[in-house]
Amino acid sequence: MIKLLKVTKEFPRTGAALKGVSLHVPKGAFVFLTGHSGSGKTTTLRLIHMSDRPTDGEVRVSGFSSLRTSRREVWKVRRRVGFVFQDFRLLPGRNALENVAFALEVTGCKKPEIRPRAQRLLSQVGLAVKSGSHVHELSGGEQQRVAIARALASEPLVLLADEPTGNLDDRATRGVMDLFWEINAMGMAVVMATHDLDLIRTYPEARVLELDQGRLVYDSSEDAGRG
Amino acid sequence: MATTIRETVASLRRSPLLAGLSSLMVGLALFVLGLFSLAAYNLRLALETVEERVEVVAYLREDLRQVDLDAAVETLETLPGVEEVRYLSKPEALERAIRDLPEIAEVSTDLEVNPFPASLEVRFLPEGRTTETVEAVVASAESLPAVEDVRYGQEWMERLFFLRRIGGITSLILGAAFATVATLIIGTAIRIAVFARREEIYVMRLVGARDSLIWRPFLLEGAVTGLVGGLLATLLTWATHQSVFHFLFELSWIPTSWVLSGIGIGVVFGILASNLAVRRYLKEV
Ligand SMILES: Nc1ncnc2c1ncn2[C@@H]1O[C@H](COP(=O)(O)OP(=O)(O)OP(=O)(O)O)[C@@H](O)[C@H]1O
Ligand SMILES: [Mg+2]
Repeated sequence: MIKLLKVTKEFPRTGAALKGVSLHVPKGAFVFLTGHSGSGKTTTLRLIHMSDRPTDGEVRVSGFSSLRTSRREVWKVRRRVGFVFQDFRLLPGRNALENVAFALEVTGCKKPEIRPRAQRLLSQVGLAVKSGSHVHELSGGEQQRVAIARALASEPLVLLADEPTGNLDDRATRGVMDLFWEINAMGMAVVMATHDLDLIRTYPEARVLELDQGRLVYDSSEDAGRG
Repeated sequence: MATTIRETVASLRRSPLLAGLSSLMVGLALFVLGLFSLAAYNLRLALETVEERVEVVAYLREDLRQVDLDAAVETLETLPGVEEVRYLSKPEALERAIRDLPEIAEVSTDLEVNPFPASLEVRFLPEGRTTETVEAVVASAESLPAVEDVRYGQEWMERLFFLRRIGGITSLILGAAFATVATLIIGTAIRIAVFARREEIYVMRLVGARDSLIWRPFLLEGAVTGLVGGLLATLLTWATHQSVFHFLFELSWIPTSWVLSGIGIGVVFGILASNLAVRRYLKEV
């Protein structure tokens, strides 16, 4: 469903962030993307979201190729790819429900369906009681849940998460991780970038990809295949 | 669409001064256009009545021979654009002069000789009232042996056309200046609006909103600016028309289609200017 084919990404001043990376994430997979700071994790997720385009090679997401998807059409890719971040990126002036509703509204959800669907999404992430709370009234874990509910609004095929637990304590981290597994169990792929190896070890059933200086140096699924 | 309108209203309320200034500049640019239209339209009406009287008068020699006269009439009558050629004899010319200016009667009775020359008056068909046909007739008349001198209203007509051209150029320069200032101010207003909405725009792109949805509020803002500017210009032009009409001279109001076109130009201009700004500033957020 997601394929990177010999993807190279160069930035004007910093040089190559990714060097000939090829990987495949099938439907419903749970993947940890790990590596040192600057190894290219965020860059990889941004390429899958088509926030950035590769300098060389090709990114394919659910039938869309980075070589052929124009900037006008890129929204189609984005609706299949949910994205959450370490710093949540919610709209500060709005409450939890409004943040989710905004995503529904701008992706063409019919007016009368917006509120009930936003409510349902918040229930799904276990935040139904806080739907009226403003962003600054929510804990980090709760904000991340709102962000996840927002990412689910367009019913994507994959959820990308860039250090989603980086700002959370252990309890909140566990809560968010449980949520990711729940979502994954419903058939959605999850690709989570993290350099928390302890966290990765907690979930041996997940696939692990490791990047080092822009190269894919480890893939646990190949390991299993060989061993 | 409701969202678009809400965002546009929010944006206009966020920076009412800039929104007002943008509209004012568009308004001034269109006001210049309005004044020019008012002048041009009235000039056109005036010229139309004058043009109906366009004629060339060929004054004839004193020692005129009948053959030359007949040849002259025949030559002029066959020229393209000519409707009729009328002969005015010396006595008739005197008669007409007395009718136009009765004092001449007193003078002329004392005169031994009639000072007014005979003439040929050339009238033109409506389609013949152009500078080219008139000049062709004049040239032809001047070469005729029967003709002493040729007069026609060309000089002041040219002066009118010249004035109109000067007016046009002045309006163009002034209008372009205001339009440039308007573009810059609309650009600044859009930039502020884009900046104020940068977080929403970020989230819209993140979750996969269509570009058109991101653009629309800004384009609508431009259209509203242009519309308000157009209405303002209409008001200013109309006020000018009223004061000139009441205090100076009678002036016709420009046709409604012109007014609507002017407002339409304002709206299109507003959309184009904000489109330009949106293209530029959306890249920055
Ligand atoms: N927009 C950019 N412009 C220039 N260079 C960039 C840009 N984004 C990333 N880079 C460079 O690409 C390399 C990889 O960055 P990336 O953000 O993908 O790393 P990361 O693995 O996510 O690191 P971290 O764990 O610190 O988040 C880095 O050297 C970085 O400097
Ligand atoms: Mg990163």
